[in-house]
Amino acid sequence: MLDTASNPRLKTSERFYRGTMKKRAACLSLLSFLSLLPLLTAACRTKASAADGKEPAPARSASLAGARVAGQPPAADDGQWVMPAKDYASTRYSALAQITTANVAQLKPVWTFSTGNVRGHEAAPLVVGSTMYVVTPFPNVLYALDLTQPGAPLKWQYQPPMLPAAQGVACCDLVNRGAAYDGGKVFYNTLDGQTIAVDAESGKEAWRTKVADINKGESITMAPLVVKGKVLVGNSGGEFGVRGWLTALDAGSGQIAWRAYNTGPDKDVLIGPDFKPFYPQDRGKDLGVSTWPPGAWKIGGGTMWGWISYDPDLNLIYHGTANPGPWNPDMRPGDNKWTSGIFARDPDTGAARWFYQWTPHDLHDYDGINENVLIDLDLHGQRRKVLVRPERNGYVYVLDRATGEVLSADPYVHVTSSLGVDLKSGKLLEAPDKKTGFGHIVRDVCPAAPGAKDWQPSAFSPKTGLLYMPHNNLCMDEEGVEANYIAGTPFVGANVKMYAGPGGNRGAFTAWDPAAGRAVWSVPEPFPAWSGALVTAGDVVFYGTMEGWFKALDARTGKELWKFKTGSGIIGQPISYRGPDGKQYVAILSGVGGWSGAIVAGALDPHDSTAALGFVNAMTDLPQHSTKGGMLYVFALP
Amino acid sequence: MSSPSRRSCAVLALTALALLLGAYARPGAARPARELRVCADPNNLPFSNQKLEGFENRLAEIVARDLGASVRYTWWAQRRGFFRNTLKAGTCDVVLGVPASLEMVAPTRPYYRSTYVFVYRKDRGIDVRSFDDPILKKLRIGVQVAGDDGANMPPVHALAARGIIDNVTGYTLYGDYTQPNPPARILDAVAAGEVDVAVVWGPLAGYFAPRQPVPLVLVSVEPQIDLPFLPFVYDIAVGVRRGDERLRGEIDTVLERRRPEIEKLLDRYGVPRPAVPGAGGA
Repeated sequence: MLDTASNPRLKTSERFYRGTMKKRAACLSLLSFLSLLPLLTAACRTKASAADGKEPAPARSASLAGARVAGQPPAADDGQWVMPAKDYASTRYSALAQITTANVAQLKPVWTFSTGNVRGHEAAPLVVGSTMYVVTPFPNVLYALDLTQPGAPLKWQYQPPMLPAAQGVACCDLVNRGAAYDGGKVFYNTLDGQTIAVDAESGKEAWRTKVADINKGESITMAPLVVKGKVLVGNSGGEFGVRGWLTALDAGSGQIAWRAYNTGPDKDVLIGPDFKPFYPQDRGKDLGVSTWPPGAWKIGGGTMWGWISYDPDLNLIYHGTANPGPWNPDMRPGDNKWTSGIFARDPDTGAARWFYQWTPHDLHDYDGINENVLIDLDLHGQRRKVLVRPERNGYVYVLDRATGEVLSADPYVHVTSSLGVDLKSGKLLEAPDKKTGFGHIVRDVCPAAPGAKDWQPSAFSPKTGLLYMPHNNLCMDEEGVEANYIAGTPFVGANVKMYAGPGGNRGAFTAWDPAAGRAVWSVPEPFPAWSGALVTAGDVVFYGTMEGWFKALDARTGKELWKFKTGSGIIGQPISYRGPDGKQYVAILSGVGGWSGAIVAGALDPHDSTAALGFVNAMTDLPQHSTKGGMLYVFALP
Repeated sequence: MSSPSRRSCAVLALTALALLLGAYARPGAARPARELRVCADPNNLPFSNQKLEGFENRLAEIVARDLGASVRYTWWAQRRGFFRNTLKAGTCDVVLGVPASLEMVAPTRPYYRSTYVFVYRKDRGIDVRSFDDPILKKLRIGVQVAGDDGANMPPVHALAARGIIDNVTGYTLYGDYTQPNPPARILDAVAAGEVDVAVVWGPLAGYFAPRQPVPLVLVSVEPQIDLPFLPFVYDIAVGVRRGDERLRGEIDTVLERRRPEIEKLLDRYGVPRPAVPGAGGA
């Protein structure tokens, strides 16, 4: 470990605290010293400029205006929304600009559509031509809505054959994160482990391939990404002892083209001569075997249920890997590669090109599967092709996406589980006093198991140069021993309780400057901000709350400009599109659920503080604010 | 696994049968026949299965008979979400085996106590009784694992605490659900010599060990409670929904009244039951 004080490149929470102290003096002296920088910023309504500007600049300089989206001129927008992340760079940025900060206050709902489903709705609707596509949670019905007709009537619906038993293997409600369109077909995954292609015009099934086996504990919740005629899909189910993988199916036939495992020998991981990780700890033969006790990798987790990005210029896809399991951490000494990290791969062959591990030997359930936003940034006077990752462990990472080098890693919430990221070695610095293990009591572990940010994807505006992150502000205690019971056998684990982090709010929506590595503004939310984000060329940013508010903020200041109360809590992903009438629309699925909303969607007992792996303790009041019910809302200016 | 259509057919058939029997047994009785609605795993012997071969299936019959009810099942694989999707969803009212300390349900008084056991081949020529036996550092050990976040079977925690790691093989408790009774694979592994010794929950070992092609030895683990607090011995009760005090009271009464019958049932299934200190016999 390096001396944190003497290394100017080291980003530690110490530096973070210095910034916090300054602001506190300026703003709110009542808050405890643990208070969170972004939240304080919000509470004080400071702008990026004054207070922050006085902070000595880190050893890098940045130009906001210099940020641009990889591989795309910012102005290009055909008005469609063909994949959940909008584009391969995963910006969730709409270049449509009819709706602006000046007129968004007049936004009105223009039509709605009930999905007939009451579980958690995490999907993004798609718009292709004049049709909107909506995929529901289990049983994963695909609806096509005709945007040329008043009220967008149902064009067709496709109901896949489903194994009801899939509900028994889903970890965290029965969610689905959306479909993807390519070449006349809509592709999506089902909870019971199928990837399906449906003809976008007729609604007829083109092909259906079983890729995951629910009988072994695998399920699929992620949205696929289609790259160069290949549909990329990964599995869920780490807590069942499955082995994580990413697989590519031929978009035309549904045949499996390649499969890359995230644990095990190099040949299974598709590591070959082209694999050139930036840091020495990721080099060596068969690390997916040797960084585990003998054989433990075979049931080692490292699933892939999150987001994939693609850089056409480098011909690389980027995907994270989830946490290791199902062993307790003491039984899997080692870095447990390739879990809780990120791979760059060749989409044609699946061959790995580099890897970086966010959280070696994860102790806290920090899956590494969040979104990877591909942008070009001016750093140290140099334009760099970077990948921005707001990671579950509490840091926003900026990586060189050609090499996997960590350029910066700055905390965006209160972090106690680690001390910072050593930019020289790329290593996360462990906080020894927050090391959880069976039998000891550990309190104030921040972020809690769902991370500083779970799956809920952020948006990036090339106009403002800011990343807009819906996220959590949760900490947890692990105390005592709790008996549990499964498949007839009693087992034991720590009694996990989650609660709000500093500030008392369980979530926040934060605008982050990835070049400077700091928050520009932040809005506290009483519940975790579990929806996706959308930002538009009109400088309006949209997201939803678990109480059901759909909000529009000024992308530059964070000022709330408009909000609308939907019927249920929002955990979906907002989109914007140009309708056949030439108008700009904004759409969002409402329907509370997911891990955070399981207390409502799964009707869990609020008195059982350890339900949903301890998340219920932090969410006991949600049922008073939100009831279930899936509904699509579409908004427009009058 | 039950498809909705198959389940509703079964429910229809059962309901029709119940009505018929009810009408036959008590001519003129206006009251609809009572049902004991049981949440159970369809593929998990020795506890339960869809052919009603498990001891929890038998216990359901004993309780139902005493209450003048018929048994109706909601089948669901016992995995994470089992209680959420069955008992809490209101599709059934009792789970016939839960630890008496389980927070998710309201448990009755326990009706048996079992223990984790060491299981090994008789011809292996070893005598393992305690987690502190140094031979465990040398043997190939099988354990079952379930879930991350530090939650796991007690033997996994006990071995980890003693630094016994590299010679341990994990079998997921869930196994492959297309196979019969997936948690039983670890007993097959002992018989086949894949591991020298396994540490398994008593009822599972007690039922499947005698069904292996070679003789296996079962020994209750020591210590019963590993310090600071890691129990290997658990009291098992019937679980009802929290707040369902009436049903809990009724079942408590039945369990007490039918104790000799239940003891015989547990004997028949080979459920290892350590002596309860001060309870006057086992």
